[in-house]
Amino acid sequence: MTQAQTQTSTTTLPRAPLYFAAMAVLIAAVGFLQSWNSALSILNMGLISAIMALGVNLQWGYAGLFNVGVMGFTALGGLAVVLTSMPPVPAAWSAGGGRMILALLVGVGTIALAVLTYPRLPKTRLRGVILTVILVGGFFAFRALFDPAVEAIEAVDPAVSGYLGGMGLPVIFAWPVGALLAAGAAWLVAKTALGLRSDYLAIATLGIAEIILAVLKNEDWLSRGVKNVNGLPRPVPYEINLQQNEWFLGLMAKLGMDPVTGSSIFVKLLYAGIFLAVIFVIVVAMELALKSPWGRMMRAIRDNEVASEAMGKDVTGRHLQIFVLGAAIIGFAGAMMTTLDGQLTPTTYQPLRYTFLIWVMVIVGGSGNNWGAVLGGMLIWFLWVEVEPIGAWIVNVLTSGLEDGSALKAGLIERVAYMRYLTMGVILLVVLRFSPRGLLPEK
Amino acid sequence: MDILNALVAFTNFVVVPATAYGSQLALGALGVTLIYGVLRFSNFAHGETMSFGAMVVVLVTGLFQSWGLSLGALPTALLALPFGILATALLLLLTDRVVYKFYRKVKAVPVMFVIVSTGVMFVMNGLVRMVVGTDDRRFSDGARFVINAREFKAWSGLNEGLALKTTQVITVVVAMITVAALFWFLNKTRTGKSMRAFSDNEDLALLSGINPERVVMITWLLVAALATIAGTLYGLDKSYKPFIFQQLLLPVFAAAIVGGIGNPLGAVAGGFVIAFSEVTLTYAFKKVVTYLGPDSWAPDGLVQLLSTDYKFAVSFAILIIVLLFKPTGLFKGQSI
Repeated sequence: MTQAQTQTSTTTLPRAPLYFAAMAVLIAAVGFLQSWNSALSILNMGLISAIMALGVNLQWGYAGLFNVGVMGFTALGGLAVVLTSMPPVPAAWSAGGGRMILALLVGVGTIALAVLTYPRLPKTRLRGVILTVILVGGFFAFRALFDPAVEAIEAVDPAVSGYLGGMGLPVIFAWPVGALLAAGAAWLVAKTALGLRSDYLAIATLGIAEIILAVLKNEDWLSRGVKNVNGLPRPVPYEINLQQNEWFLGLMAKLGMDPVTGSSIFVKLLYAGIFLAVIFVIVVAMELALKSPWGRMMRAIRDNEVASEAMGKDVTGRHLQIFVLGAAIIGFAGAMMTTLDGQLTPTTYQPLRYTFLIWVMVIVGGSGNNWGAVLGGMLIWFLWVEVEPIGAWIVNVLTSGLEDGSALKAGLIERVAYMRYLTMGVILLVVLRFSPRGLLPEK
Repeated sequence: MDILNALVAFTNFVVVPATAYGSQLALGALGVTLIYGVLRFSNFAHGETMSFGAMVVVLVTGLFQSWGLSLGALPTALLALPFGILATALLLLLTDRVVYKFYRKVKAVPVMFVIVSTGVMFVMNGLVRMVVGTDDRRFSDGARFVINAREFKAWSGLNEGLALKTTQVITVVVAMITVAALFWFLNKTRTGKSMRAFSDNEDLALLSGINPERVVMITWLLVAALATIAGTLYGLDKSYKPFIFQQLLLPVFAAAIVGGIGNPLGAVAGGFVIAFSEVTLTYAFKKVVTYLGPDSWAPDGLVQLLSTDYKFAVSFAILIIVLLFKPTGLFKGQSI
């Protein structure tokens, strides 16, 4: 370790609590200036963003893998919530459930057959022919089963269901399921793209994210597509029930708060508590992993792949492992986010918001440092929410000389909405250039 | 059995649109591949560069139209193209100076460049949206069709019409001219040769006195021209929507990789491979099959292999297949 690095690591220690205190002050300021409801909304989404940032940090900070598909893994988490926690639709199941499962089995079976036979075939032109026959035949068999099943399922009361529904389990179970789905998708991508140039993994993740989103938007039998799934179950009580609860009304009376505002704050506090517990567990687990021999190996691989390979470490295997783990964390957070929203709306998933914003969080927070990722997640989310009102306020002040309703003023106010993209891009570039180790550098 | 009608339907709905789309992708992929060859990273900001160039062309076209300037049957956008290229060139040179130059100096790892380019993408995206918003803009003018479907039917006496839009012809012609000019530049001029030398072997090129900063500058100028032309042609053919260019990034990358990244000839081939696969797989073959088979064979469904919503899946699947079986691409590209 060089002299400069030793110095920064000694100054890191008091920095972290200071930054987190400042973050708390910022959120409290929103509470006092705007409302506690919006302050807690920022806190809750900030905590979820922090978990996503932890997942990306695992991939980038520990292993130097660039994942441009954060949005896709987040969306898979959202899908998990629907598949796990919504009640099943018996009519749809009896209409086409069995056929659908059969169709999916045929689809998976075809690919498995192709993958299994390929290495066993002789390396002649015949191999390509046989593979093509398997794939094309499987595809048509799949479509022959799949299309009528879809039609049957989507015909079942399309206005309210038209999909198979979920398993009707408590929503908390959806979170690990989200992690599993995301891990599965990540495994598929990483298996093909790892071991090649680093850019290829990035491009492949970009593709898988687009495809996951296309599935969510178009497969109505699965999650109602763009018709959205509303009214997802919650792990916390509903405001309306709280407002009729004796104990809660007593508590509000004691605090002198309006029960309606109080109930929504109470619910948000419950969420914040759960999210904090999740963050705590993930950070502790990641810190322990980082300090273990496994963590040292990961950092050795990141810092010098060739040397680690020479020492007998399986670089591609480790990368695969860490990529899947990181994606699982992102999927977990995606499920949490959909639970918090109470609905799955596929059209809201946008790469700029769910992929690149998370990257800004990791880079600004300090890549390689878990506390940094948490801080970056909270801070950047705060800025993302607050830059728009601040920008609008600045424009209002600047254009106060212009008369109301003038085209220029309206145009400027409309444009301010897009200023966030510019701001975030500039923040990313400036931090990368002048402070690449971020707010809380890796120790 | 009606082969002629089937052929016309196929040409009208698959061959013509795919050729136009393939030309647009080829130009986009050429930009990606040039940056990769010389600067050695995948530029995630390329889609937004195309968007920026097209945006300037849209704005200048609007200005020309308000002055009453036009090219008659040809779209005014062709007249505005040089201005778009100029503005994009300035933007890219500025970006290189402010952003990328530093990372070249410290010899950063390729993935760092990729991350930086996503930052640039963010900035360009914000810039474009701040200037023109997110609305859909049509800016093609002049004659709409070279061959009109109705006239074609009357002329040939077939049931199926063949339509050829002016924008499609212009796309292919402009793309052909651009690619020819680029290949002439790369293969025949001294500067082009120094670029290829730099791309092949940087150390050797430096030893023989090639100025790397000059090569980089020329590359950005070429990329500016290619991206602006690609973006404008795409906008002319469909319409100019700022968010569409982000979605174009995947097929453009796929085209560059399929052809062999860093190889210009491969980028052109890759563009057409991707475009034809995408259009063929998402086309509903009902009409063609009905014409070809006997009457009793007429299919009930659309005979569509994939719904058009999954066109990304086509680029992605091709990308994965290439990565699995031939990571250097169809034409030998640079290192895997």
